[in-house]
Amino acid sequence: MAIVETRDVRKHFGDVHAVDGVNLTTKEGEFLVLLGPSGCGKTTLLRMVAGLEDPTGGEILIGGQVVNDLPPRARKIAMVFQSYALYPHMRVFDNIAFPLRAQGVPRAEIPHKVEWAAGLFGIEKLLHRKPRELSGGERQRVALARAVVREPAVFLLDEPLSNLDAKLRTSARDELQQFQRRIGTTTIYVTHDQVEAMGLGDRIAVMQGGKVRQIGTPQEVYDEPADTFVAGFLGSPPMNLLEIPDCLVGFRPEHFLPKEAHESRDGLLALKFHISRIEYLGADRLLYGALEGKFPDTKVISKLASTVSTPVQPGKTQDFAVREKDFRFFDRETGLRTRPRPV
Amino acid sequence: MATLERDLRAPAAGRRFGFVLDRPEWLGPLMIAPAVLYIVAIVGLPFLLALYYSVSDISMGRRTLGFVGLKNFISVIPTSKFQTSLQNTFVFAIVSQVLVIILANILALALLKEFRGKWVVRLLLLLPWVAPISLGTIGWLWILDSIYSVINWTLEAFGLITADGWPMYLGKPYLAMGSVITVHVWRLLPLATVIILAGLTSIPKDIHDAAQVDGASFWRHHFQITVPLIRPILLVALLFGLVFAFTDMVVIFVLTRGGPYDTTQVLASLAFFTGIQGGDLAEGAAIAIFLFPLLLAVAFVFLRIARRSEVT
Repeated sequence: MAIVETRDVRKHFGDVHAVDGVNLTTKEGEFLVLLGPSGCGKTTLLRMVAGLEDPTGGEILIGGQVVNDLPPRARKIAMVFQSYALYPHMRVFDNIAFPLRAQGVPRAEIPHKVEWAAGLFGIEKLLHRKPRELSGGERQRVALARAVVREPAVFLLDEPLSNLDAKLRTSARDELQQFQRRIGTTTIYVTHDQVEAMGLGDRIAVMQGGKVRQIGTPQEVYDEPADTFVAGFLGSPPMNLLEIPDCLVGFRPEHFLPKEAHESRDGLLALKFHISRIEYLGADRLLYGALEGKFPDTKVISKLASTVSTPVQPGKTQDFAVREKDFRFFDRETGLRTRPRPV
Repeated sequence: MATLERDLRAPAAGRRFGFVLDRPEWLGPLMIAPAVLYIVAIVGLPFLLALYYSVSDISMGRRTLGFVGLKNFISVIPTSKFQTSLQNTFVFAIVSQVLVIILANILALALLKEFRGKWVVRLLLLLPWVAPISLGTIGWLWILDSIYSVINWTLEAFGLITADGWPMYLGKPYLAMGSVITVHVWRLLPLATVIILAGLTSIPKDIHDAAQVDGASFWRHHFQITVPLIRPILLVALLFGLVFAFTDMVVIFVLTRGGPYDTTQVLASLAFFTGIQGGDLAEGAAIAIFLFPLLLAVAFVFLRIARRSEVT
């Protein structure tokens, strides 16, 4: 087990600053998720921690030791790739045994260790198959077993679930988290999927443009976004933003409800909402439309749980409201959070 | 309505040939016909003719052609000239191909890396392949010449050899074989390198990254990951090279003409000297097709292995 730390890490490809001064420190045994849109530098950052890319500047520490000059094999890390990167010409057994052989583990210990790792993921029966004979979910387990088998100090996972179908992804997420809790190895997990990030991470580092915009628990980054990017990136649909004289004010679609649906009338800000379209999503309905009155023609979205029974109709203007404590305020110039003020 | 009907009918009559090209069952044979014709005319017919010549008594200057069975083979195989040539053929083909595969692997690995001026290196590397081979070999003839050899001039200038100790590259048996192999390697290296380079670039980057993270050293990475993954294409390169080395004689013809004392004579050049220059077409044909069954078997085995080791 080890702590991973990056100090002002940069990676420039010509004029492109893929990673632009990232400072991060994991906790011991933590599951840290790097979340961001494609091209935000999250994978590049992970690859620098792995030693597959050389940073342009800054330091990377694993277990307190600067590892900038160490090759990947000397960093005590294991990595799972988006494509799984199984060795196609080797049987599953040899795939899992490969890191052990590469590290000179005594020959007699190898079968025992491979079986242990395969057992963790329930793939003992697949050891004699070639990767091409496996399903997507099975390949993913083999990749995880290959990563676990040498008992690394840090796990690096690069979107390992994105090639699975939606149903499998949910169960794989659950297994992955249980497994990580059980072995307690520090894990850095890269994804662009906010549901995955929220569900898996002890903490989430939200990245954009090569920088970390915010780092915090899933609840912190969702409820207290540090800037408008985080507010817009997390949450589906994203936070509604209104312009008021000296700043931006945001509120989540699920907090924007018909007036009657709020439990208490205290501390509510009433808004006239013209509903133009309703999407029925089963558990929720999404109401698209624009505000009237104080904020004319500002497009907003409301997300109503199926438990809200107030009738809503497209084409009508209805009384909606937001609790004042659900407002979040952002600087108009920098997008950063600012102090609350009356709306 | 009437105009619409006419519009639909008109092209059917006027552009019937255009529609023929839209039909795969016509277009396919049509496209491949030139290649088939070419191969039949340039390779197929002469090959069949050579097969027939080898069991006949044909020679230059005679207008009759009689069937003699395996007489040509029986008479030529025991001769020492043939035995030497057979042995030389194997030495020449196998040594040159081993060298080509090793060197092409090294070159391809080097060319996979990004470095300044890579395109110049690629261009230079391909030159021996695109230049006419007889021209290139004549250049080598001068480089290896007994009087004007630049190699010897250079070695002497550096004091590594003395003026009376000049190696006769094309005049001493072992040196001559070494020389023809060297030139043949120089000539086949570009093709093999390009083929292997194509194989190397087809390996996903993730696989190499995984091997690095998994702790593989350079040699383990190369021999347990890279080489097995390019094995099918490596075998194709080797097959091409072997067939080429077994059947080609340009380098030997230009450099040594099989000499000194037949020490660089191979079956292909022996067939040429016997059949074309010696006028004994029947015996020349017999020598030329002697290795055909072997090459066929080699090609068959290689392609089988290549198919079996296809990995994805």
